[in-house]
Amino acid sequence: MTAALGLALDAALCALILGVALAVVAGRGVFRAVVFFIVYGLLAAVAWVRLDAVNVALAEAAIGAGLTGVLLLAAHGRLRRAEAAQDLAHGMPWSAALAGGALAAALGWAWFEMPIPVEPGPELAEALPRAGVGNPVTAVLLNFRAWDTLLESIVLLAALIGVWMLAREGDWREPLGRPQHARPGGVMAGFGRVLPPVGLLVGVWLVWAGADHPGGAFQGGTVLAAVGLVAVLAGVIRPPWIGAPLWQGALVLGPAVFLLAGIAGAVLAGGFLTLPEGFAKPAIVTIEVALTVSIAVTLAFLVLGPPEAEGAG
Amino acid sequence: MTAWLSFVAIGVLASLAGALWRVWRGPAPADRMMAAQLVGTGGVAVLILLAAVQDWAALDVAVALALLAALAAVGFVKAGTPDGAGDPEEEAPPADMQLSAMTPDAAAQVGRTRRDPDRRRGDG
Amino acid sequence: MADLATLLFTALGLVFFAAGTVGLIRFPDTFSRLHALTKADNLGLGFIALGVAFQAESWAQVARIALIWVLALLAAGAVAQLVARAALMRRGGA
Repeated sequence: MTAALGLALDAALCALILGVALAVVAGRGVFRAVVFFIVYGLLAAVAWVRLDAVNVALAEAAIGAGLTGVLLLAAHGRLRRAEAAQDLAHGMPWSAALAGGALAAALGWAWFEMPIPVEPGPELAEALPRAGVGNPVTAVLLNFRAWDTLLESIVLLAALIGVWMLAREGDWREPLGRPQHARPGGVMAGFGRVLPPVGLLVGVWLVWAGADHPGGAFQGGTVLAAVGLVAVLAGVIRPPWIGAPLWQGALVLGPAVFLLAGIAGAVLAGGFLTLPEGFAKPAIVTIEVALTVSIAVTLAFLVLGPPEAEGAG
Repeated sequence: MTAWLSFVAIGVLASLAGALWRVWRGPAPADRMMAAQLVGTGGVAVLILLAAVQDWAALDVAVALALLAALAAVGFVKAGTPDGAGDPEEEAPPADMQLSAMTPDAAAQVGRTRRDPDRRRGDG
Repeated sequence: MADLATLLFTALGLVFFAAGTVGLIRFPDTFSRLHALTKADNLGLGFIALGVAFQAESWAQVARIALIWVLALLAAGAVAQLVARAALMRRGGA
């Protein structure tokens, strides 16, 4: 009975996700596609929980349902004001459909071809006691495959610099993004004051818990970025300008601490990014806290976009 | 109890299918956005149920989802203001559109005009 | 006893979710649909949260479930007001 109901639950979830995915690409109108994509992120987070991947579900909930939605809706609002939104809906984009279909086919083929991994993998189970943390995902990301995570944190920074290159000369010293405003004492301003403190608590908890439970720098950082964004959108805090030294420090803190830890490993433990067994836990927690700060600030700045003074088109 | 909670989760998912129909149908942007909001609340409910069914860690995902549930809607109302960075509460609504002056007829009228862009199918 | 409470409250929650969806589909205009759904689905979420809380293994989990519902209410209240106002402004401007 329970197994059959579990199967029915999975089937219902799959049907909803496939239906929503189809609606994103098949429907006319940019706004409808954007809303369906937000819904897709919500359902995908539930699906990840169903697959016992709570770490991924946390990231999907924060990125897919939170930040991506704001980004796409702001882009649609801008297109609408530029009267360009209608032009996007015409014709069938065959090249995109072909590329998407090919990718789906390749993934399907890989799913049938690849051996089913043994959970959580005998090598990982054997190495985990030496990693310093109990959450296998954190152990892989910050100890066994730290190289990937280090490069990813630098990629985020490079993406932000790419976005900042779109700033106009005259706006360089202006605050990031468009100047946001809200009615003082209104619902939006009040919401922007109440939510961020709670979000700060949840974000810090996710990073702290990430050592031994699902969570970690990326999940916590994304939540912090999202609630920071709420405060900015509600006009409660003003974003800094690009050159503000404290914020630039926050951007590079994570990659810098990570690199220093890697070099220290090369000197003390005989290999770049090798964490000595006794120091693994404090080293990982230090790197995670620094990474959280950088990820939170970088993601929030990415969504805000380059500085734009008032009246920009 | 696990079986019952799974059954309730399936029931909530089924009610979300109705919300998805409203996202598809519209007609006003606000209709689509609020239906997405319902999917968010339903997703949180399913996550709470899944926490009891399989893993209590799912509660953390539900907290994150509930925390950020309003983010997309705030982005939506901001994008709808004249400069894309304001607050719909900043200006008073037009006099003839005050809530007291709203009749179901007037609302239906607006609903019809709003629906028109969706109806245009073959004039591309 | 706890199982009975779970059964009762989650069933009640499901009824409210269904009611919210029926309102979302059947009500004639944007504003009444908005009103149907922000109230009904959050009541549904509250009952489901209450029902599952009876199955919790620790007070920390109960506290987290309570936090989820408070956050959902906060979000729904703010969103309903803002989206309704935005819909009103769009109609005025259109």
